[in-house]
Amino acid sequence: MKHTRRNITSAGLLGLTAVLVLTACGSKITPQAGGSTTTSSSAGSATPAAAGASCVDTSGDSVKIGFLNSLSGTMAISEKTVQESLMMAADEINAAGGVLGKQLEVVAEDGASEPATFAEKATKLIQSDCVAAVFGGWTSSSRKAMLPVFESNDALLYYPVQYEGLESSKNIFYTGATTNQQILPALDYLKEQGVTSLFLVGSDYVFPQTANKEIKAWAAANGMEIKGEEYVPLASGADFSTIITKVKDSGAGAVFNTLNGDANVSFFKEYRNVGLAADTMPVVSVSIAEEEVSGVGVENLVGQLTAWNYYQTLDTPANKKFVEDFKAKYGDDRVTSDPMEAAYTSMYLWKNTVEKGKSFAVADIQANAGGVSFEAPEGTVTINGDNHHIAKTALIGKVAEDGLIYTEWTSPAPIEPDPYLTTYPWAAGLS
Amino acid sequence: MDVVVSQVFTGLSIGSILLLAAIGLALTFGQMGVINMAHGEFIMAGGYTAFVVQGLFDNAGVGLLLSIPVAFLVGGLLGVVLEMTLLRRMYHRPLDTLLVTYGVSLILQQLAKNIFGTQGKSVRTPTWLQGPLELFGFDFPKTRVFVLVLAVVTVVGLSVALKTTSLGRRIRATVQNRQLAECSGISSRATDRLTFFLGSGLAGIAGVALTQLSPVNSSVGQSYIINAFLIVVVGGIGQIKGAVIAAFVLGIGQAALEKIYDASLARIIVFVAIVAFLQLRPQGIFNVRTRSLA
Amino acid sequence: MKALTSSRFSAFIPFLVAAAVLFVLAPAVLSDFRLNLLARYLCFAIVAVGIGLAWGSGGMLTLGQGVFFGLGAYAMGLHMKLDDAGPGRAPDYMPPTTDFLPGWVEMFRSGIVTIVAIALLPALVALVLGLATFKRKVRGAYFAILSQALAAAFALLIIVLGSQSGNYTNGTNGLNNFRSFFGYDLDDPANQKMLFFIAAGFLLVMVAIARQLRNSRYGELLRACQSSEERVRFLGYDPANVKVVAYVIAAAMAGIGGALFVPVVGIITPLDVGVAPSIAMLIGVAIGGRGTLWGPVLGAIGVAWAQSTLSEQFPAFWTYIQGALFIVVIAFLPGGIAGVGAAIRNARGRWDDRRRGRTDPPAANPVETVKHDVGSMA
Repeated sequence: MKHTRRNITSAGLLGLTAVLVLTACGSKITPQAGGSTTTSSSAGSATPAAAGASCVDTSGDSVKIGFLNSLSGTMAISEKTVQESLMMAADEINAAGGVLGKQLEVVAEDGASEPATFAEKATKLIQSDCVAAVFGGWTSSSRKAMLPVFESNDALLYYPVQYEGLESSKNIFYTGATTNQQILPALDYLKEQGVTSLFLVGSDYVFPQTANKEIKAWAAANGMEIKGEEYVPLASGADFSTIITKVKDSGAGAVFNTLNGDANVSFFKEYRNVGLAADTMPVVSVSIAEEEVSGVGVENLVGQLTAWNYYQTLDTPANKKFVEDFKAKYGDDRVTSDPMEAAYTSMYLWKNTVEKGKSFAVADIQANAGGVSFEAPEGTVTINGDNHHIAKTALIGKVAEDGLIYTEWTSPAPIEPDPYLTTYPWAAGLS
Repeated sequence: MDVVVSQVFTGLSIGSILLLAAIGLALTFGQMGVINMAHGEFIMAGGYTAFVVQGLFDNAGVGLLLSIPVAFLVGGLLGVVLEMTLLRRMYHRPLDTLLVTYGVSLILQQLAKNIFGTQGKSVRTPTWLQGPLELFGFDFPKTRVFVLVLAVVTVVGLSVALKTTSLGRRIRATVQNRQLAECSGISSRATDRLTFFLGSGLAGIAGVALTQLSPVNSSVGQSYIINAFLIVVVGGIGQIKGAVIAAFVLGIGQAALEKIYDASLARIIVFVAIVAFLQLRPQGIFNVRTRSLA
Repeated sequence: MKALTSSRFSAFIPFLVAAAVLFVLAPAVLSDFRLNLLARYLCFAIVAVGIGLAWGSGGMLTLGQGVFFGLGAYAMGLHMKLDDAGPGRAPDYMPPTTDFLPGWVEMFRSGIVTIVAIALLPALVALVLGLATFKRKVRGAYFAILSQALAAAFALLIIVLGSQSGNYTNGTNGLNNFRSFFGYDLDDPANQKMLFFIAAGFLLVMVAIARQLRNSRYGELLRACQSSEERVRFLGYDPANVKVVAYVIAAAMAGIGGALFVPVVGIITPLDVGVAPSIAMLIGVAIGGRGTLWGPVLGAIGVAWAQSTLSEQFPAFWTYIQGALFIVVIAFLPGGIAGVGAAIRNARGRWDDRRRGRTDPPAANPVETVKHDVGSMA
């Protein structure tokens, strides 16, 4: 026994020494002046010595692109639709001759609805598969998890979902709406309709919390009263009884709903059960699209409002073709939604940017992106070269008996993206 | 006053759901010492049964009422299959049953995802359950009254059955002393299987009740299973009255805390309170001499 | 029994092989990306060593290791965020107006405090929990259910601490976007390799500690507690104390695994610490053989590897495989793969016995008989 002990200890020591020897290598970070905090936008500028040259191979007849969506876990149903419309875009582009004459070769990975997996798979797509660009992500946490990966590897992500704003990275293109293209128009619309007070209900995570912070700042400047603000845990099984009682007792003019996923079902059921209705206290939702309507139950949603930049019912030639093609490819009973359209659009924007600069290189895409536009199903969209968001038209819609959403109100023109709300005086204290 | 009445009602409502979820566990965990993590998925199966059955009828009310016995059968059959294939080999390894049934629960969840999709399915509310019920000048949502009544009827039915039927007597005898029961000519194998059928069937009913308040999705079982186990543990193993008290105390506590703080914090406080309570009374509210658990 | 010299040598061989594989072979054949993945698996292997001790030797089904993993991980994560922010500043995920951080956040600014806290914090929580449950003779089933409830509450607590009143843990987004690890640039591949070696070194040290404990008098007491606490009590020992020690050590190991996970993977979120990850940490241990020294390590690495690889090809299928593994391994192979040989020998022995006309078959495997004993004693 005694002898073994000595040996084992020495084995441990061996390991430790090895570690100690090896710690000697590797570069240290030199403290920057004032120890600057790395906000997402500035992190990219601290160009890492490490990333090395990109391994993307554009010498052959094809070029690889990566799709990173959750195919398993809680977000699978939503993100799968995004992947389908990305796939459709890739097929269309390939059928029309590819990008710069090269066929697209898709590498699809599963984010499994976990931020850590998104980070892992993003690294794999960039370092191991050497893709030219990645399309995907849905939840804010998946985007936040991928952001440092794309910045440190100096690669590109096209993110197709509306989000809470206050972010911009030179390595991400945001093709969904930022706050001033979705939430602010919805608030303006409510004000126009004579609503004077709001109740805020959301899931307990970053999007609702940030969105509500912005709504409160807007409300203070616009004479809108906030009657209450409630959050429910993201995990399913939340009980809405207490919250709905608070909503009902508040007598607010409207409810602003930033709940996520299935919580919407419980919320709207309870909302009807206590005798509330769309004509007395309407609910504006920013996370319920065509895809979610059937899940929540059309009967629970009829007459309620949504805020997006695209609806399946839009009457544009590009949309007619988009909806037709999608149904032909995936089935007649399928619907199209805003994130699907934004994903589809994102690939064409990437294609147009690549073709404008005749290069797949990240730096060239970043340099040429400004002003690139596309006749999207939602209308003409244009990339803003400064913040990598796109100009979009805001649409307030109403859920109808057939489960589709019809436009009630349209912003007069495409709204320029302003993720940090710098052009709104009331938002000064937010970021 | 209004606030107190409405919060007490909310608490009773939360409690009634927890009770329905836990009452079957009180049987299977209490009698057989099996820690069945797949109980939550039996609840889920009950919910999906309600969804499927309702799809067969135009009338939402008929579908809902009919799905109660059907879900009982579906849950019960799932339970019996689980008992016959896996659990009967492991009655002496309660901790291992936890892990094995966790594996079953993973598979059932994924099956549900593949069959019904990850997005929750909404079961329609019949017209006679829509809107509020006015009672003593207060408004109570009819669906919640329905769930409360269903829970009370189920529990009363179960205790009457345990007291008066021969199956009930056999179950109670086996809980209290397995060896003696076997000596008295009770087939503990058959009793075990029937108990498992009953306990799992009750999970199916719980699933139907849930559909009136929230959507059915593949993770619905996960959100109730831990609370259900805590209720059984707090109530005292093998005790129906213990589970009833524990469920309603927990429900009312949760409702009150939600009113004061927010929902997440309320859950944490409830968890901590339960752990603290079990320090004082590790045997739960009520204690019955029973086969101890490892 | 073989001669002392040969047993001494044979005990040394696995360490030598492991060291050769981790320090020489792996860095030589794996790409930077794969090496980083392996480093992640090693973090789970470190947790597995602790679980092997508490569950395999001590019979405690530790369903709440995610709590200790999370404590270590968030301690490290907070330190790295505070370190990146610079002296006196709040991390980038907090509102820029934040000018005051509570003491429990501020203390992680110090590297020394963080390193101590990574092992000590989980150990302290485990000590309190362990004393509370084991002294009250809360055993087995109750302990398992309470551990699970705590894991659920802990994940919620992380979310609550990252929400409205003060964003200390960054809620569901978790902590990520780290630039440096104790001053070393995380984007430098050389430093990523260094992290791998640190994880490998810690793993070997943890296995060595576990081996010492298992082979000591304490290890015998721990196994005795698993088979019969009453008999241990009769011998004049307090089984609660014996079990608490193993539980605390397992918790500290989980904390270390969690702390290394953060710089290696670059992110920690509440999804990595709740109920499901806690249970998932058990399956590797069960497959490798919970009662063996190296089984949990190999099992944890194998399962983590299978998860990343198989889920690449069949995303939804991994869940079925995971579920099937729990069922097959726990119900039919409680000794894990390491127990397959024993199970076969047993089956053959049983067959031989039957041929010789003996009637009482021996138990299928040691674990089963052990559990049976506990059941009848409690």
